[in-house]
Amino acid sequence: MAAFGGTDTRARKLRWSLLNTLVVVYALVPVLWIMSLSFKTPATLNDGNFIPREWTLENYRSILSTTEFLRALLNSIGIALIATAIAVVLGTMAAYAIARLQFPGKRLLVGVSLLIAMFPQISLVSPLFEIERTLGLFDTWPGLILPYITFSLPLAIYTLSAFFREIPWELEKAAKMDGATPGQAFLKVIAPLAAPGVFTTAILVFIFCWNDFLFALTLTSTERSRTVPVALSFFTGDSQFQDPTGSISAAAVVITVPIIVAVLFFQRRIVAGLTSGAVKG
Amino acid sequence: MSGERLSEDQAAPGSPADGTAEPGPSPAGGSGRGGRTGGTRSGRRTLTEGQRSERRLALLLCAPAALVMIAVTGWPIIYSVWLSLQRYDLRFPADQEFVGLANYVEVLTSSYWWTSFGVTLLITVVSVAIELVLGMALALIMHRTIVGRGLVRTSALVPYGIVTVVAAFSWRYAWTPDTGYLANLFAPGSAPLTDQASALAIITLAEVWKTTPFMALLLMAGLALVPDDLLKAASMDGAGPWQRFIKVMVPVMKPAILVALLFRTLDAFRIFDNIYVLTSGAQDTSSVSILANTNLIQALNLGIGSTMSVLIFLSVALIAFVFVKLFGTAAPGSDTEGRR
Repeated sequence: MAAFGGTDTRARKLRWSLLNTLVVVYALVPVLWIMSLSFKTPATLNDGNFIPREWTLENYRSILSTTEFLRALLNSIGIALIATAIAVVLGTMAAYAIARLQFPGKRLLVGVSLLIAMFPQISLVSPLFEIERTLGLFDTWPGLILPYITFSLPLAIYTLSAFFREIPWELEKAAKMDGATPGQAFLKVIAPLAAPGVFTTAILVFIFCWNDFLFALTLTSTERSRTVPVALSFFTGDSQFQDPTGSISAAAVVITVPIIVAVLFFQRRIVAGLTSGAVKG
Repeated sequence: MSGERLSEDQAAPGSPADGTAEPGPSPAGGSGRGGRTGGTRSGRRTLTEGQRSERRLALLLCAPAALVMIAVTGWPIIYSVWLSLQRYDLRFPADQEFVGLANYVEVLTSSYWWTSFGVTLLITVVSVAIELVLGMALALIMHRTIVGRGLVRTSALVPYGIVTVVAAFSWRYAWTPDTGYLANLFAPGSAPLTDQASALAIITLAEVWKTTPFMALLLMAGLALVPDDLLKAASMDGAGPWQRFIKVMVPVMKPAILVALLFRTLDAFRIFDNIYVLTSGAQDTSSVSILANTNLIQALNLGIGSTMSVLIFLSVALIAFVFVKLFGTAAPGSDTEGRR
């Protein structure tokens, strides 16, 4: 009987392992392919082999020596970090109020952020293009940071208010009994407890800003504020005879690695954040 | 059923917003004063000092987020409607003139618009349908696997995290004749990205690859709601795996499924990045977003571009409305009580 049960679990384990392998292959093949392209030499670039026949770092050396790419990388990092910081601070404040306080207009705020989460971003491109040109924000960092904050706020508010509802609020009550104002209770007691949720939200918001293409394409026109996804799509190679495939692949790998590292380290948090924010929040 | 209940569900557990909620202090605590006086508030309009300071704090905390969201979306969308009523071509700025609904007539009688609209709908319906099936399978695997759960979840998150443009380039090179492993494998001697049908299939594939994990995560949250006892009971009553799935899991997960469908449908409808990189809208593969962008940024025709923007906005609103009315999709947040 026991032996029978043993083979049964072994068969189940095997079946699950097969399914898991399928998932891993599904998820990783396109990533490995672009990595493989980035390591190919110009001569073997078009051979269609999944694994490079000749390895080279030349593609990386060439993109890292152009200001076009380095400047775009700086723009991407700077814009995404600033937008994330601001969105998380504003989102934390609003989510705290939504999760904890009674006030008129709460339903409206939740409704509006839901609307924005579903908003077709292309609808904002023409007015923002016009408004930003008038205000002098076109092709500047703030010109991209503003829409990024706006579109990541709903995500931040949902995820954070879901996290905030899980916090043991007796502690806040205790702090208030000890004479703390609601504001103090927020800063001294709740904020440290909420840190993991805030951190998760920051990762999700950063991924969102890092990923954006439409705004970066339409609201910038020069290297001054162009982010990597857009710069990538404009790469042409050093001369008209050079195929930009290698450079594009190398640049693609450079902006993918940080995200994969973040996913590796914070998988559990990201899953918790996405599931709680989207369905429960 | 969704909008009305939202604020109650968002409310703090200890402060019933109306008389129907269970009176008395909840174990979760809550702001004590708000909870005790909440029931009498509607009777007497006087607010205690605590309530008033609570409101003041709440408004202070929400104001910045609300202001940014309204300033960056509310005002521009109104401005966009105004622009759509103008003849406004940046190449001929002197010709700006109020033309009423002429732009709408022009767009709605243009075959380009309807082709793009059809392409967008096709991609949306097909990709969301595939994603639902694949996403459900992935959710079940992530939820129930007995080996390597961390590994599976981590790799499933990779498509979610990766920049769409990067993934799109990977697909583009994979399907380029000679360069790509997929083109050589499945379509030797042809160029799949230069033919409408195969290009649309590749665009859909790219979209499905990138967003299935997101769908799966939303569905997994729904799977967590299915009580194990219920599954065991069904199994004892002789229900097979398929019956357990259809008769037990799906009904419990219905709200999560509908929310996931709503999110993904609206998201798929605004598809842009994948098409831009894969075909740039050539061979009649433009989505409405691509077409609007072409008119705005390449042709600099703000009048026509804004008209398309407004029409896309209305389409999205219509889809959301249909979902909520027809399927009774609960807005995210309104199914919280099912969870606890």
